[in-house]
Amino acid sequence: MLKLLRLNKISRHHNELSLTSMVLVIQNTQFSFGYTKNLLSMDNSVSPQNSLVSVHNLSFSRGSKKIFDDVSLEFERGKITAIMGPSGTGKTTLLKLIGGQLMPSKGSVIVDGQDVHKLRRNELFNLRKRMGMLFQSGALLTDMSVYDNVAFPLREHTHLPESMIRTVVLMKLQAVGLRGARDLMPNELSGGMARRVALARAIALDPMMIMYDEPFTGQDPISMGALAHLIKSLNNIMGLTSIIVSHDVHETSLIADYIYVLSEGKVVGQGTPKEIQQSSSEWVQQFMTGAADGPVHFHYPAKDYLDDLLSIGKRY
Amino acid sequence: MIELLQRLGANTRASFTKLGRATNFLLLAVIGVLSVLPRPHLLVNQLYSVGVLSFLIITISGLFVGMVLGLQGYYVLSDFGAEGRLGFMVAASLVRELGPVVSALLFAGRAGSALTAEIGLMKATEQLSGMEMMAIDPIKRIISPRLLAGLISMPLLAALFSTVGVVGGQIVGIGLLGVDNGAFWSQMQADLDFQDDILNGVIKSIVFGFVATWIALFEGYDAIPTSEGVSRATTRTVVNSAFSILGLDFILTALMFGEN
Repeated sequence: MLKLLRLNKISRHHNELSLTSMVLVIQNTQFSFGYTKNLLSMDNSVSPQNSLVSVHNLSFSRGSKKIFDDVSLEFERGKITAIMGPSGTGKTTLLKLIGGQLMPSKGSVIVDGQDVHKLRRNELFNLRKRMGMLFQSGALLTDMSVYDNVAFPLREHTHLPESMIRTVVLMKLQAVGLRGARDLMPNELSGGMARRVALARAIALDPMMIMYDEPFTGQDPISMGALAHLIKSLNNIMGLTSIIVSHDVHETSLIADYIYVLSEGKVVGQGTPKEIQQSSSEWVQQFMTGAADGPVHFHYPAKDYLDDLLSIGKRY
Repeated sequence: MIELLQRLGANTRASFTKLGRATNFLLLAVIGVLSVLPRPHLLVNQLYSVGVLSFLIITISGLFVGMVLGLQGYYVLSDFGAEGRLGFMVAASLVRELGPVVSALLFAGRAGSALTAEIGLMKATEQLSGMEMMAIDPIKRIISPRLLAGLISMPLLAALFSTVGVVGGQIVGIGLLGVDNGAFWSQMQADLDFQDDILNGVIKSIVFGFVATWIALFEGYDAIPTSEGVSRATTRTVVNSAFSILGLDFILTALMFGEN
């Protein structure tokens, strides 16, 4: 009972989320109390003991291009950790490596004590049931309504009766504010709404963690704010661990507890949002302020400009 | 010259790798069929979109092919005064060859291209990837029901094609050209062999259905996830299915009717 009271207190703290979400919290205690407890007793240190996901000395290449070169990252339980970096640094690839959809050429990924790439197929699938992922496009199944999309993982993985599935689906949709949109088809949703439905679907099985792939890209300011708020409150109320991959500096800094900045396959900066803002690294500064030139050059590597103009060159 | 050889080698290697991927894919899909059986609604939905929606094109084509056969057959047979054989001729050509082959070609164009486009787009919009991350095997959930639906639909569609074709032949032969009604049906009944003609035709249609569905599903699953990639995959489905169906038809015909 005491636990529930403490949970309710958290819920009241986020009074924007309605009563149904409190029920959602209570319901979550049955499935994911371990993580909720962790949330209540979390401290601020990043230590491997407190990590839900650890990436050790990871290397990954695509063809001859090295995407990651000996990268090590820690994702603390109950926290929102952001991975930032310019487009093309392999941020999405990192999420796929954590989810076990790609194999690294070297190194390991440990999720909740299990080495993702050493698991057998059914063990990996069991682990994935506890990992939610929000794709950039939402990845909703286009031949099903919003309601059926959220019900999809429940119907596939549980033997719950339809009446109970209905209750869970409506609670999840209420949590993302789209209970009224349950009968719409994915093609009738705006980009922001589609991502919120996908979020409801990702939390349908009460996962221990959620990975967000560029959640803010292409969103108007209102849906961007709504999503940021939703990510933060879901993380706190459900005791999730969140990994956000993004290049939206402002929104991500607002909600992240810890940030890694990646470039050219390496970690070039890490720390709390404040530490990152004050980082002395030229590279991190260029990224955070969005300067056109700096360590990352504006120009694609080319030979000398004047020489190039004066030479005859090949005909196009 | 060396460049040509190099390109030939690379292409051959790529084709064999693709064949390997396709075989692996087929194995997984066939194993996945076991998990479809306890969930018949998945199959029923696909039977509808693969089979039932192909009904109209198969019926109309069957009718016209039968009518043309009736007309052409009559012109040839009447020279020998053998119009009575028209019923047998129409039925045998339909059941042995045209039924399975033409309906399989239509099936590849109508249902196969739709399957490739659907699965290719699911891949392009990360739906398959999303399913994998939800711990749902897309091969079991998406591919296997469609494979089974193709396998079941195709022989039924071929049977429908042949049946409607015979009716078409009858309309032209008996209705328009005045062939004797009794001779038309009794000769068909007497000379058409169940095992040699009908059963072989059914076997052909099962093989064609299997190959056409396999190609369509694999091309979709293997498509490059862009709009151009999906459009190319759809084209490849129709072209490769047509080649495979016609090639296999020759082999199967040689095996089935070679000894006679």
